[in-house]
Amino acid sequence: MTADSRRSQREAYLIRVENVGLSYGLGPEILSDLNFGIEPKSFQFLTGASGAGKTTLLRMLFLSLKPARGTITVFGKDATRLNKKTLSRLRRRIGIVFQEFRLLDHMTTYDNVALPYRVLGREEVSYRSDVVDLLKFVGLGDRMHAMPPVLSGGEKQRAAIARALITKPELLLADEPTGNVDPPLARRLLRLFVELNKLGTAVLIATHDIGLMSQVDARRLVIDAGRLEVYE
Amino acid sequence: MTAAASGASAAARAIAARRGRDGGATPIVPSQNIAGRALTLVIAIMTLLAGLTVGAVTMVADAAQAWQSDLGSELTIEVRPVDGVDQAAAIAQAVDIAGAASGVRRAYALSDADTGALLEPWLGAGVDLAALPVPRLVVVEIGDPGALDVEALRTSIQSAVEGATLDDHNIWVDRLRTMAATMVVGGLVILGLVLCAMVLSVVFATRAAMAGNREIIEVLHFVGAEDAFVAREFQRHFLLLGIRGGIIGGALVVVVFAIGGFLLRAGAGTPSAAQLDAFIGGVSIGLTGYLAIAGIVVAVALLTAVTSRLAVRRSLAAIQ
Repeated sequence: MTADSRRSQREAYLIRVENVGLSYGLGPEILSDLNFGIEPKSFQFLTGASGAGKTTLLRMLFLSLKPARGTITVFGKDATRLNKKTLSRLRRRIGIVFQEFRLLDHMTTYDNVALPYRVLGREEVSYRSDVVDLLKFVGLGDRMHAMPPVLSGGEKQRAAIARALITKPELLLADEPTGNVDPPLARRLLRLFVELNKLGTAVLIATHDIGLMSQVDARRLVIDAGRLEVYE
Repeated sequence: MTAAASGASAAARAIAARRGRDGGATPIVPSQNIAGRALTLVIAIMTLLAGLTVGAVTMVADAAQAWQSDLGSELTIEVRPVDGVDQAAAIAQAVDIAGAASGVRRAYALSDADTGALLEPWLGAGVDLAALPVPRLVVVEIGDPGALDVEALRTSIQSAVEGATLDDHNIWVDRLRTMAATMVVGGLVILGLVLCAMVLSVVFATRAAMAGNREIIEVLHFVGAEDAFVAREFQRHFLLLGIRGGIIGGALVVVVFAIGGFLLRAGAGTPSAAQLDAFIGGVSIGLTGYLAIAGIVVAVALLTAVTSRLAVRRSLAAIQ
């Protein structure tokens, strides 16, 4: 394979992971020889037992953790050689839902969801109705002025999802997005992800909920004993 | 229009109305916390100290200027008694020579009564000056300092009138000038130290705020914020703290000087108030002083914002 063909193959992916290994300090590798890619408009689950390394892998894909070896290419750029400005620009193309939500407690639900637009420097009048519409869609229409500390776990979860989706990112990474909601709401949120995927956003959902995965016929990335198997 | 769309636009209008009521979007860096209040207090105290220093320096400089102009507007000729010389004639001759010099408004000898009053603390009341060999003084009031040649007057007085010497108060003016300059330099050094202490306080407070708001910084980075955006948000936060603290401190300075002026007026007639009034001309800082205090408030707010911005940029550079 020539250098040009390798480059064009990388550019066909939103994220390309090649021979990646991760270890903390001088300890043993907790993730080894990872090889996979996320294509535009694709839908996949990342699964594995608790503690298998799903969140760690998501952090690497979101550029907040560097691999000990191997290459991660994000939107055609080598993740190990990014300056801070480029890193910020790339992150704007990725939406992420954290398992622990990471909402800002001093801001209302509305302000939390609108945060990515504020960071982009947009005038509020240009996005206000988008934020309200999305909050209503995820069932938080009557909680948009509430502060996160008074929201239930499920409501926080939905606010975090709305914040990740609001700017219609090219790629959505979600860490256990249905972990704190009841089955009917979990199904509704999954439908939201599927709809988003149909509109062109690639989706990667990290979950250990087999029931959730059975509802969508999608590719599965399974982490087991530090290695990753891909089931198309 | 569907019911859902109508509901959404109503909610958007409600948010717009709420924004108008609350004065804009929620600050990304929380505006009120214990550290913020403590820093506001520190800035207020530092502004108070800086303002008091500037006010005191202004007062002393004004008073020194007044003393200098008082002393500089007069000369004194001292005529000592000399054996075989008629002191009254010598005094009259000194008055004539001085009065004829260009630039002199008038020259006159201190009367016996005034001379007696000057000597009263040492010799007691009712002294017979004719019986004592005491020096007598001639006061020379200067009309046009530019036209007066002090050295020529000194030479002509001392050569024509035996026992006469001219005192132009230079030694006192020089001492006053030195003292005033020393106090101004001392005040500026204190002002510099106060501002240094404030800058250090702001640096530590900024670092503490960065550490305390690390979660916010991380979330901002995760949603794609660049360092410049984060720095701007923190700078805005500290600029507001600086303005608030500066205004409180500046207001306290004005109150302190107002109370000082009131107490001085209330104690008018007492020996201590009279001494203070004679020494510094009252507790009043005038328009210059108030403008200087306003300048300090603005400088404190800007210094706080710039310091915090630099501290934030340094901290952000260390965060991956």
